Amino acid sequence: MSAVLDLAAIAPAFPDPTRGSQAVFRKVMEAMARPGVIHDLGFAPDAPQGLDRAAGAIALTLFDFETQVWLDPALRGGTAEGWIRFHCGAPLTADPMAAAFALITELGSAPELTAFNMGDAKYPDRSTTLVIQLPALEGGAPVVLTGPGIKTEMALALAGLPDGFWAQVQANHEQFQFGLDFIFVAGDRVTALPRSTRVTIKGD
Amino acid sequence: MTARPNEPERYYNYAYLDEQTKRMIRRAILKALAIPGYQAPFGSREMPVPYGWGTGGIQLTAAIIGPDDVYKCIDQGADDTTNAVSIRRFFAQVADVATTEDTGEATIIQTRHRIPEKGLTEGQVLIFQVPQPEPLRGLEARETETRAMHAYEEYGLQYVSLYESVSTHGYIASTVGYPTMIEERYLMSPSPIPKFDNPKMGDNPAILLFGAGREKRIYAVPPYTNVRSLDFEDHPFETQTWEEDCALCGATESYLDEVVLDDSGDRMFVCSDSNFCADRRAAGHAGPMAGHQLAALDKEPA
Repeated sequence: MSAVLDLAAIAPAFPDPTRGSQAVFRKVMEAMARPGVIHDLGFAPDAPQGLDRAAGAIALTLFDFETQVWLDPALRGGTAEGWIRFHCGAPLTADPMAAAFALITELGSAPELTAFNMGDAKYPDRSTTLVIQLPALEGGAPVVLTGPGIKTEMALALAGLPDGFWAQVQANHEQFQFGLDFIFVAGDRVTALPRSTRVTIKGD
Repeated sequence: MTARPNEPERYYNYAYLDEQTKRMIRRAILKALAIPGYQAPFGSREMPVPYGWGTGGIQLTAAIIGPDDVYKCIDQGADDTTNAVSIRRFFAQVADVATTEDTGEATIIQTRHRIPEKGLTEGQVLIFQVPQPEPLRGLEARETETRAMHAYEEYGLQYVSLYESVSTHGYIASTVGYPTMIEERYLMSPSPIPKFDNPKMGDNPAILLFGAGREKRIYAVPPYTNVRSLDFEDHPFETQTWEEDCALCGATESYLDEVVLDDSGDRMFVCSDSNFCADRRAAGHAGPMAGHQLAALDKEPA
């Protein structure tokens, strides 16, 4: 962490940070307000190696010196870490319980969801938001979403989820008002799943 | 809709707030949407208007607005009141945004104390200016206590208050800021909208955001969310009704303001939603006092 940054190796961020982050935020806000709807962040700049464009865009839009960020081991020490440190100025933490955001690119080797901060009874907003990068947001085993933001029900078929992941998400929902909130990204695309969403696994 | 030219040189950052403040507010908005009805604290900034003039709503708007948005601002339903005109001009100036009075055309609607009569649609965001975000504050002055009451879903005191109203008046006398329950979990103040507007909050296709600047709280009702106005089985929730129709447009199902016309007690009832009323008059509807000079006041002076 104390290594000197090689500025020449750091890729640029938004050409116009004000407009860029505003456009990204509106998509993320829509995603969080309407769980399961997929949005496109193709207008965002290229992200460094290991991060998809949508993941990089979310980091640039939401991370700063006020947010402790937990990076999964695949990102630590690489170009992505240097890029986030330089552009966001976010403190990195190795303690998932301290993280406001967790950036996960290899979900299979990530800690159990319960390792992250579920928030406080009086301040449930102090929980970790997980930004999870997947191979694709479609084509996986479908689940059905219901709850706030969804008119009737919404189908979601995230690809590349490890076994038992949806059971952990269901357990997360059961603990409302406590809970983690999820932003899923793949390539240029993003969707979100707040703790308020009920997940039904098909065949249950 | 009036478009504003882009101004290359400006004294303030785009949309007035600095980028770090916007990020902080944006993070609070995401958590507020994830926990419907929960009051998320945020680092409210000093704004160029006094507290009580919409500082919470202005900060929410500033955090989400972009040059492609179409912005509408209403005060008690009207586009042409001082506060609404000032805030609308403020964002036209600092955010290069097109403004409108047309509810259907707007992408962001900032409001003080009303929900427009015309139904909102997906893609629209309704931003409420909130003086007091805590529905329990009138019953319990200490924030430490009300926060614990929300944490443990301890809302008996609110029902006692409604019961006392029934025992005193024979009915639930609260007409504005009528308490609501969000997804059967969080008690929420709808801001001082008339209870007439409470039923519009539930299952609304638009995103509803609430900002309290002085009290430093943001909360939200996502689209298609369950919103229940508290009541009792033998005293069910009811909205206001009027014996009069709108004097200008003849609307029978809109929220009406009473306007005193002279010293001899003459008065008229008109739609509080000025855009709704003007649209109806433009479509040929007429009330008993159609053509009254008040009808000419619904356009912002140039």
